[in-house]
Amino acid sequence: MERSKGTPDDRVHQAASKPAIELTGVTFKWRGGVGFELKVPEFTVGTEEKVLLLGESGSGKSTLLSLICGVATPSIGDVTVHGTDLSRLSRRRRDRFRADNIGVIFQQFNLLPYATPLENILLPLRFSPQRRARIDAPREEALRLARVLGLADQLVAGSLASELSVGQQQRVAVARAMIGQPPLIVADEPTSALDASAQASFLDLLFHQTSEAKSTLVMVSHDERLGVNFDRVIDLGTIVRAQTEGAA
Amino acid sequence: MILLKIALRSLNSRRVTVTLIVFSIALSVGLFLGVEKVRTGARASFANTISNTDLIMGARSGGVQLLLYSVFRVGNATNNVSWQSYQDIAERREVEWIVPMSLGDSHRGFRVMGTTGEYFDRYKYRDGRGLSFENGDRFADLFDAVLGADVAAQLGSKVGDPIVIAHGLASFTKHNDKPFQVSGILEKTGTPVDRTVLISLKGIEAIHVDWRRGSKVPGWTVSVERVRRMELKPKAITAAMIGVKSRLKIFSLQRAINDYDEEPLLAILPGVALQELWEIVGVAEIALIGVSAMVVATSLLGMAAMIFSGLNERRREMAILRAVGAGPSTILWMLMLEAAILAVLGAALGLVLLYTGLWLARPYVDMAFGLYLPIDAPTIREFYFLFGVVVAGGLVSIAPALRAYGISVGDGMTIKN
Repeated sequence: MERSKGTPDDRVHQAASKPAIELTGVTFKWRGGVGFELKVPEFTVGTEEKVLLLGESGSGKSTLLSLICGVATPSIGDVTVHGTDLSRLSRRRRDRFRADNIGVIFQQFNLLPYATPLENILLPLRFSPQRRARIDAPREEALRLARVLGLADQLVAGSLASELSVGQQQRVAVARAMIGQPPLIVADEPTSALDASAQASFLDLLFHQTSEAKSTLVMVSHDERLGVNFDRVIDLGTIVRAQTEGAA
Repeated sequence: MILLKIALRSLNSRRVTVTLIVFSIALSVGLFLGVEKVRTGARASFANTISNTDLIMGARSGGVQLLLYSVFRVGNATNNVSWQSYQDIAERREVEWIVPMSLGDSHRGFRVMGTTGEYFDRYKYRDGRGLSFENGDRFADLFDAVLGADVAAQLGSKVGDPIVIAHGLASFTKHNDKPFQVSGILEKTGTPVDRTVLISLKGIEAIHVDWRRGSKVPGWTVSVERVRRMELKPKAITAAMIGVKSRLKIFSLQRAINDYDEEPLLAILPGVALQELWEIVGVAEIALIGVSAMVVATSLLGMAAMIFSGLNERRREMAILRAVGAGPSTILWMLMLEAAILAVLGAALGLVLLYTGLWLARPYVDMAFGLYLPIDAPTIREFYFLFGVVVAGGLVSIAPALRAYGISVGDGMTIKN
């Protein structure tokens, strides 16, 4: 199942033996155990791999991402991210682990509307001293990232996030996910609010940035046309079995 | 620090509701502190009204009543002290000085008090300060009157102006056949003296020579000229202030007056009577403090309700924070921080309202109630109260903060709206 296309340097070799994400024998139930249930028998993503997960809403993608990010914990089975078994961590440690290792991009409404884009970009550093330590000057780094993503300093530092267009907001979200180079980027339908031309340039930027930072990218979408540049395109249905008890 | 910054930004984005809540907290805090200021101000003003007087003597009634009518000009004496008794007491060895007071008449709403010239030497207030004249001098002539500062200010009287004294306190009968003349105006003292017209004891007698049992004898008028030639001897006085030669003698003199055989008399120590008065007033004070404390509690609960009702709209905010690595406990702390900020702002604005209010109301309160409210820095007690408001604000926000904690655990990074 593995077919990593990354450059065969030391880091990849080391990481190839230690996948970026590994789910085995996972069963997730909502608290109380009634209603929704999700099973992931096996799912692995290699380091620096770029994976597109295809699935409609309701296919359990949000739950899968929550499991990977350590916001949800499986009732049975293990979720391992970069060699750390999340289910063994306390809730507090999982939050910390997420802050240190994962950059998250949502479909829309990524930003705190009342804060400036710059403050939004800097936000993860507050929760992750590890990511903070990788940067000498946070403000400059945030502005540099934003500039690379095509956002002018003035816009980033001098306006409110709510004043930005959707496309600009999504790019700010990328900068926020990337700041401090977390090894894993998780994106949940990040392009669905953008029009076709914006989608392409957005993906280019996202790819370029993740490659440069040597980060793994897991993106979820219902649009298979986006799959062209990904290392792997996986239909969610092949790895996830979701069922709604009683309702079906 | 970024948490504080976010909280401030978030509050700023909801400034309309936030402003209303801060105002409601500020009003309640201002009210509470205002009540406190008036209360302590009233106490201080009462306590400062009489000083250096060892005993007050009057007809037998209650100690508080005697204090109220003799010193504060509140209420009326039920009985008088006969001139004979007054002289008996005045001649006792323990007495260093004694000043009679005769109340019962008024001048356009202000009480008229008959006394002797010694009153201006003996009456002391606020740690022994004495009366001084802004204009003119004490009464020399039979028909001279000295006005308190407020009387002069309110009536616009000057030295030399004539005044006509009315019989009783709210009466249409006037002693208009015997007008007085203003001989002096006192400086402001912040005591009931400001609202008193002072005339000589003989002056009081003079306007009453042709009166019997509280009304004018029909067809019998004694002219001013005749009155001046008469030997005016007071028949009775209302009360008297007494200074004792040795403090050790205060209680023996008090006992002697209380045991006086010829007439039922009462002597009180002003401080002790004041203490009794506090005990009576204390109940009302507690009620007042209680009510204003309730108002503070209500405003804080209002704040908690506001935070509660805002939670649903803020699920996105919480999901974003969770996604960048915030734990549910961070969300909890952020909401409590928010509440604390609101409480701090409310408390600070409350102080501003209090001082503006004091500054605006002071002349009016002074005029209407003769209560001079001091504008000074907040006391330690008041700082404790303000601190308490902030802590209470944090505490009431625990409920919505816990709810937010629950929401952020349930929602995780999923944005639900």
